[in-house]
Amino acid sequence: MAKKLIKFVKKHFEDQVLDSHSRLGNDTVVIERDRLAEIVERLRDDEKTQMDFLRAITCVDYMHRDPRFEVVYVLYSIEFKHMLTLRVVVSEDDCKVPTISHLYGCAGWTEREVWDMYGVEFVDHPDLRRVLLYQEFEGHPLRKDYGKQDAQPRIELLSRERDSVEEFNVFVKNKPAEGSRDN
Amino acid sequence: MGLEHQLPEVLTTRLESAVNWARKYSLFQYPFVTACCGMEYMATASARYDIARFGAEIPRFSPRQADLLWVVGTVNHKLGPMLRRIYEQMAEPKWVMAFGVCASTGGFYDNYATIQGIDKIIPVDVYIPGCPPRPEQVIDGLMKLQDKIQQEPWRKYDYEQKVRQRDERPASEPLFEKIDRKKERG
Amino acid sequence: MAEDIYEPIDQDVHTEPMILQMGPSHPATHGTVRFTLTLEGEKIIKCETEVGYLHRGFEKEVENSTWTQVFPYTDRLNYVSPLLNNFGYSLAVERLLEIDVPPRCNWIRTLMGEISRLSDHLTCTGAAALELGAMSAFLYAIEGRELVWDLIEEVTGARLTVSYGRIGGLKDDLTEGFEERWKYTKKRLFEIREEIGQLLTRNRIFLDRFQGTGVLTPDMALSYGYTGPCLRSTGVDYDVRKDHPYFMYDEVDFDVPVGSKGDNYDRYLVRMDEIVQSIRIIDQCLEKMEPGPINSDDPRVMLPEKEKVYNTIEGMISHFKIIFEGIQVPPGEVYSYTEAGNGELGYYIVSNGTGKPWKIHVRSPSLIMMGGIHKLIEGGLIADIIPTFDTVNMIGGECDK
Repeated sequence: MAKKLIKFVKKHFEDQVLDSHSRLGNDTVVIERDRLAEIVERLRDDEKTQMDFLRAITCVDYMHRDPRFEVVYVLYSIEFKHMLTLRVVVSEDDCKVPTISHLYGCAGWTEREVWDMYGVEFVDHPDLRRVLLYQEFEGHPLRKDYGKQDAQPRIELLSRERDSVEEFNVFVKNKPAEGSRDN
Repeated sequence: MGLEHQLPEVLTTRLESAVNWARKYSLFQYPFVTACCGMEYMATASARYDIARFGAEIPRFSPRQADLLWVVGTVNHKLGPMLRRIYEQMAEPKWVMAFGVCASTGGFYDNYATIQGIDKIIPVDVYIPGCPPRPEQVIDGLMKLQDKIQQEPWRKYDYEQKVRQRDERPASEPLFEKIDRKKERG
Repeated sequence: MAEDIYEPIDQDVHTEPMILQMGPSHPATHGTVRFTLTLEGEKIIKCETEVGYLHRGFEKEVENSTWTQVFPYTDRLNYVSPLLNNFGYSLAVERLLEIDVPPRCNWIRTLMGEISRLSDHLTCTGAAALELGAMSAFLYAIEGRELVWDLIEEVTGARLTVSYGRIGGLKDDLTEGFEERWKYTKKRLFEIREEIGQLLTRNRIFLDRFQGTGVLTPDMALSYGYTGPCLRSTGVDYDVRKDHPYFMYDEVDFDVPVGSKGDNYDRYLVRMDEIVQSIRIIDQCLEKMEPGPINSDDPRVMLPEKEKVYNTIEGMISHFKIIFEGIQVPPGEVYSYTEAGNGELGYYIVSNGTGKPWKIHVRSPSLIMMGGIHKLIEGGLIADIIPTFDTVNMIGGECDK
């Protein structure tokens, strides 16, 4: 069973496959990004594969490698109980991947999450906004060059360690809560 | 209460202590539950640990009806403005309890997303450590707060000054500015 | 005719949809979700969900800690059933390391995982009842959960955030007298389940609010990535424990409860049935478990015995290396999945051969379910949001990471 899916992808999209391997129970195919949506659609609709369940989309930032990012799609079939991992390499300068949100409902949000955390743009995504962070956040925190503690507060924070209520009331009066309303 | 400025000082002290006693046993709480500590909050509120013994069992999900704000769990930068807004909406007298280390100091989440303790955005009366604190510890924190309330002077809220300001207002100045509709229309 | 009287009024009155913000600090949204509802009267025509109010940077934190230090962070993902997260993560790293753990370890993982699942389902059911106003059912459920937590505390040392899993083993063996304690708890749990059932299952108010609301069809559930009790309530019997058995799930006998309509009531019934199945699994685990070691003997992952640490230089160096540099996991990537309380919990782990993970992605069931919750809410009434949101059982820590 294991190699069947890799063979399937290789047979139908030979020129798109860059690499493939099967290790630790995960069959992986590394593909070009241009015809990604087509490949996923074929895998979903073909009777032999029926990958009707998208488990996850994520991204890995290989900081020092040349195509810096790798977007990972984990597909699964409820019917045949087989799993295939698709990997798409993306370079930093041209950080774009075609969307598959029209094929799977959950892809919409998982792609938004990848955009939020890594800044990989999904072309033709209908609603590519941040999902976990707030809209005014700058940068993409899970990139390896984003500092762990680089916070971007939405309201002014006190620098003092502890405050009495009286002191605090003065602070609040002087600095009305800007941005208290969300968006 | 609006009474204190009319009474002699001896009576005020007695009244203060009586009112504080009433306040400390009828805390209406606003549980601002975000994270894991909410599970322990549920445990504290239900039958085995029974927070009703301390007169703090009624959650009010409107900040205007509550006088004790429990911040239960991590607060991040996205949620910070909402917490501040809720605090501002509460009527005085009000108290805040930081439930768990995340609310107290940020806990072991020290990164771009989290606020390192809610005392960076609102004042806190009692900090309850623990990740999450056991119900016994929560009840201990509540008792500490009750002690604090009992000893609280009214001066803190500056009623007298507020009343004086109201009284000293010149009679010619109306309390509410009347809008002349006819004039506005021209 | 009454219709004639109202007709001119209908024409004159200008109506437009109303926009209502619900949350993030709303009792029904558990503090961490915001719905922007577009209402037509009381009917919801559009619902936009916003999450992330509990984003704590899980993935950034774990990239800066050693493989063993990740356990406390996994506890706080799904904080209602932390043991399942612990074991899921252990399993993922063990797959990458290609090590096997002794059978007793797997038995204990199965057993403790199911105990955690009991706590998850009890909390979910109790909270759902509470938010519909059924305080007594909540108190019963919490009583059951306290009993379960007593067992967890006895074995792991903590009530909620347990950090009981280890790579290649466990923190500790079961305590003595665990079986007797479990027998008492089991008896009481059945009673509690019965009591909750009597209060809710045939309750007219409960039926009216649960039946036919928040309906999920199988196709929609699969497309939107729903797993766990939500998917099973639609009739798809996908359960990782059955389809891809891990630990000792292939040696125990249990059923997968499946619903048919996919509404809130079915999700509630599936959870109530899973409580019984979990109890069955725990009983079989205790029966079939045999004494033996609980930790793997692989020196790459296990700390040497204290005697060796204090008396030999090799033991001491090995101890220091594991503590300071962390377990050295060979480079590679793996997607490992287990059945957690809310559905399939997957870890996509990338290692670059050092003591710290290069990347850990969590496929958290809650976040993915939140991506499709507008499908359940739209077309219903505002009052239906509360049971729907409760039975979907979003857990903030897991959803927002």
